[in-house]
Amino acid sequence: MAFFLETLLGGLMSGMLYSLVALGFVLIFKASGVFNFAQGAMVLFAALAMARFSEWIPDWLGMENLFVANLLAFAVAVVVMFVVAWLIERLALRYLVNQEGATLLMATLGIAYVLDGIGQTIFGSDIYKIDVGMPKDPVMMLESVFEGGILINKEDFIAALIAALLVISLSIFFQKTATGRALRAVADDHQAAQSIGIPLDRIWVIVWCVAGITALVAGIIWGSKLGVQFSLSTIALRALPVVILGGLTSVPGAIIGGLIIGVGEKLSEVYLGPYVGGGIEIWFAYMLALVFLLFRPQGLFGEKIIDRV
Amino acid sequence: MKLRKLAAAASLVAIGLSGALTTPAFAAEEQFFPLLVYRTGAYAPNGVPWANGFLDYLKLTNARGGVNGVKMIWEECETGYATDRGVECYERLKGKHGGGTAVQPLSTGITFALTEKAPVDKIPVITAGYGRSESQNGAVFGWNFPLVGTYWMGADVLVQHIAKKEGGFDKLKGKKVALVYHDSPYGKEPIALLQERAKMHGFDLSLLPVAHPGVEQKATWLQIRQNKPDYVFLWGWGVMNSTALKEAQATGYPREKMYGVWWAGAEPDVKDVGDGAKGYNALAMQHGAEPDSKVVKEILEKLHAKGQGTGPKEEVGQVLYMRGLISSMLQVEAVRVAQGRYGKGKRITGEQMRWGLENLDLDQKALDGMGLGGVMRPVKTSCLDHMGSAWARIHTWDGKKWNFTSDWYQGDEKVLRPMVMLASAKYAEEKKIKPRTPEDCKK
Repeated sequence: MAFFLETLLGGLMSGMLYSLVALGFVLIFKASGVFNFAQGAMVLFAALAMARFSEWIPDWLGMENLFVANLLAFAVAVVVMFVVAWLIERLALRYLVNQEGATLLMATLGIAYVLDGIGQTIFGSDIYKIDVGMPKDPVMMLESVFEGGILINKEDFIAALIAALLVISLSIFFQKTATGRALRAVADDHQAAQSIGIPLDRIWVIVWCVAGITALVAGIIWGSKLGVQFSLSTIALRALPVVILGGLTSVPGAIIGGLIIGVGEKLSEVYLGPYVGGGIEIWFAYMLALVFLLFRPQGLFGEKIIDRV
Repeated sequence: MKLRKLAAAASLVAIGLSGALTTPAFAAEEQFFPLLVYRTGAYAPNGVPWANGFLDYLKLTNARGGVNGVKMIWEECETGYATDRGVECYERLKGKHGGGTAVQPLSTGITFALTEKAPVDKIPVITAGYGRSESQNGAVFGWNFPLVGTYWMGADVLVQHIAKKEGGFDKLKGKKVALVYHDSPYGKEPIALLQERAKMHGFDLSLLPVAHPGVEQKATWLQIRQNKPDYVFLWGWGVMNSTALKEAQATGYPREKMYGVWWAGAEPDVKDVGDGAKGYNALAMQHGAEPDSKVVKEILEKLHAKGQGTGPKEEVGQVLYMRGLISSMLQVEAVRVAQGRYGKGKRITGEQMRWGLENLDLDQKALDGMGLGGVMRPVKTSCLDHMGSAWARIHTWDGKKWNFTSDWYQGDEKVLRPMVMLASAKYAEEKKIKPRTPEDCKK
């Protein structure tokens, strides 16, 4: 029982980390109708900026305080992500207003390759460290209930809390603010939104900025966990089944989807893996998402789209 | 008309003169090597130092005057550790500059793909410390050279080491060993040997695959926490290694009981983990980090001090840099051996290179002369033995650097040879290959 609980909790916490990346997909799709294939590349780019500036700033300023260095690096990384967002709007998206979804998807695929390449050219392709003081050692809980207790990874637990906070903030932003409502209007119909005076270019810059900050938070957490290197961009692939399952237009869906995928893949690997040779967690997540799609093509919380012809 | 003829004649003379000025009277011979590397992508942190070490040794060879005056030339192609791109690179480069002399793909997947192409193109495939373990048998795998180490040999040494720690092979009975491996041809290579050893000594072997690139291993380490193996063997590459160490820390598995293969025992695998990797052990494919070796000092002096080195100076002498350097040295020495038979100072062909690789004899004196004394042991290949040396040792990360923590071990021929012969015979049967005989080798 204790082991089952450990696996379950481990899955839930991994799921929250997937949700963090999935949020980037949801944000951009919700606000612009674009399936942003570059989300993984943005996570890598943001994490590289954070890691490298937190290394460079103490050298430039001759300081030793890690907290201040991290804070400054975070601020610079935010600015970098804003510049990236602005450039994406100016150089790519501006020319694609009212184009087919597939065209926009392909554009983001191109953006992903450009970001991957530029990121590694500017910041390097080695492994870099982000040290934001996350605890690495495990903690044992419920030792009086279960023999040996239940192992909790403190780092994952804190990361899950940060992800939860981010989700709450974003939900409020989308539901309660005028900008959030404008973002949703743009997603529904570019032309209609423009006709009532919503400035499309500014809205797109805003949404890519918000997605950039989400990517930065995801990059810091994943980078602190895995080290900052190219593989960070592949974690977007782990978030894809999450958005398929949770729905592309729902922030809470990204969370619930993440939790289901996280738990599903861990339980499947631990309990089914040994019977089929192991290594099944990646495809199992996609299979789980596909099964959901059979019954709810729009995902668990996605909006049902009805086109009249 | 006369003026036009005069101008044409003057132009021809000018062209002829410029040619005479730019081309030496006796053009130096050049030996071309296609370089399949990966400097981008998920495995770049490990691929880059290997490639830099490889290149620096070629540059050093040229700085030393080449091989009997023959200069080494090369062209890089980025594979990204992807088999399809690796094959594409090979096809693109193999015919350039008069033809490739040998190729080193640094990927077991690409090696598998090139194994059938090599005999057709007559270009040896050198896989120092990787590739197919049964390709040690030169009778069947005439063009593959897993020089200095195969995965079966490495896995055998690991079992010998834990047996020594436990007090003998008989003490392994009932022990639990988990193999956490990259779910790829590379990661699967040691399984056959470990299963054989498990059968011989009665230890329990559990196999835990990790999907590429290896960033998600929580479920794997939860299983390790549940099964509590006595030892974990790590057969990872790239980010998979550091992730495994971080998960081991997060699940409280002692790093002292973890043993990585030589591709899981370099600076990029541990530097990001720091103290969390303290006590972690890995195979050293003869060499470890060798910043004090003579060859490293020579490279720093002749290349990096003049701004001609490849990559950062700090990397020179690190584990993967040395692996690349040694891989490069082995092929340069094979060129030298081949020239000894086919003509000193002459460019050799791929077929002649194979002869050179099959007749390598790097004794201690030769190693000392190259500045590699203390870095590696002598290597002696033959037509039938394409590995040439089966020695390895263990090094351990102390939080700052790798230190050797064991004596030398030699792969046990009594275990390895029958496996190599059986697997290669099966391959020969499948591919309808007529194994070479000792007589064939004399040709």
